[in-house]
Amino acid sequence: MTMDASPLHTLPMGPHALLVELDDLAHAQALHAEVLRRRAAGTLPAVRDVVPAARTVLLDGVADPHGLAAEIRTWRIPPLTADAGRLIEIPVRYDGPDLAEVAELWGMPAERIPATLAALELRVAFCGFAPGFGYLTGLPEELHLPRRATPRTAVPAGSVALAGEYAGVYPRSSPGGWQLVGSTDAVLWDPRREPAALLAPGARVRFTDAAAASAASVEQPRT
Amino acid sequence: MTPAAALDVVRPGALTTVQDEGRPGHAHLGVPRSGALDAPAHRLANRLVGNPADAATLETTLDGIALRPRTPVTIAATGAPAPVRIDGRPAAWGAPVHVPAGALLDIGRATAGLRTYVAFSGGIDVEPVLGSRSTDLLSGLGPAPLTPGAELPLGIPYFTPPAPDAAPWQAPPRELVLPLLLGPRHDWFTPESLRMLAGPGYRVSPAANRIGLRTQGPALTRAKEDELPSEGMVLGAVQVPPDGLPVVFLADHPVTGGYPVIGVVPEDHLPAAAQAVPGTPIRFVVRDR
Repeated sequence: MTMDASPLHTLPMGPHALLVELDDLAHAQALHAEVLRRRAAGTLPAVRDVVPAARTVLLDGVADPHGLAAEIRTWRIPPLTADAGRLIEIPVRYDGPDLAEVAELWGMPAERIPATLAALELRVAFCGFAPGFGYLTGLPEELHLPRRATPRTAVPAGSVALAGEYAGVYPRSSPGGWQLVGSTDAVLWDPRREPAALLAPGARVRFTDAAAASAASVEQPRT
Repeated sequence: MTPAAALDVVRPGALTTVQDEGRPGHAHLGVPRSGALDAPAHRLANRLVGNPADAATLETTLDGIALRPRTPVTIAATGAPAPVRIDGRPAAWGAPVHVPAGALLDIGRATAGLRTYVAFSGGIDVEPVLGSRSTDLLSGLGPAPLTPGAELPLGIPYFTPPAPDAAPWQAPPRELVLPLLLGPRHDWFTPESLRMLAGPGYRVSPAANRIGLRTQGPALTRAKEDELPSEGMVLGAVQVPPDGLPVVFLADHPVTGGYPVIGVVPEDHLPAAAQAVPGTPIRFVVRDR
């Protein structure tokens, strides 16, 4: 992937924070990765919270936001490489109540949905909505879906869902308007675990077909 | 055998939550900061009973709380002044008070302000979540708001506190003055709106809560009608939803939001916002940086 240098705007957000605005998600993700790199290398001034979003990266808990803004404007930010970030595989059972509707919207038989999603490498762009809920990007435009006209009052924990340009997994039962295609036993959020969230911004995600995996394990010879 | 140190809640009040200094540093995972809204009052209550600043206290809302400790405990009530009674007898507010085992501690209705903090020697010892015992009403982390009959464990007391000379308390002013630093999205509003925001006419809404200080007053108009992609939010951010009425984000605020933030109220002015009762006039002192 090649990326042109993007105009980067630094906006004030109170006495201790800085909001950096970029043209699009790809540039926001590239800046987020650069911030984390510099933080890990110890070359970034202390920042309490780094909060990426669709077009922005918020740096909160900063002693000198003006100074940091001036510094960031001098950065050369490399584009995000495809293999940057940890890869997390989430086994999915394709048993969602909206599977047939999604198949129709995508113009394919429902049986092809598992392989279609397994072929994609998604990326956690940002978290929000609930602790541990990651907004996964990387769905090609033809797979973008509308939200449901009427949101459900309770979506079960572990539901694998799609809406707009995003995919996500509900960390716990909550109301929701996304299209539900399947479910997973993966634990998205466990405050007793370190880290508590399975999906953190920057991580790569692949939805694997739980049915295919269990079929394969049954075929294996037993001793 | 001595019973384990704990409190039995008799009357939880309108809304009483466990609070400490919150869980900052997890915003990227969708976790609000949370923590005591009037942080100086929370810290003072802890100091009065000999606890470190990060021990958990109870944050009440308007009408206090009643409870019985199972073992003798030292308590202190700070924040919004309220009558303190032990088995019906008046006791001091803003000072360490000894409560015998089984006695009824009753914190009454606030006579000024909104939120009273009650510290107990040893601190409330519920299980921490991500390093904090705070109740987060937005995301549901931490212990649930107190209910009648709830039982709260207490930690081991730290040391016998030296009695401070005086517990400073500033009565909530009749007008809530909030400095507001413009940005990041003040250019999404008309110049008239910026003037209106600085003018009179805003009051604390009855819908204000731990998530945000909602306001009533003139609706602000947008100069830019675009849809704003969700972006990171900070404590004190003044977000303007489609109804045009500014909301000052408090401790349980969402970590991201899709409405423009016209400016930010610096954190050290938020304790006063947390004590402003509905109807209090608000004056935003707008500062361009």
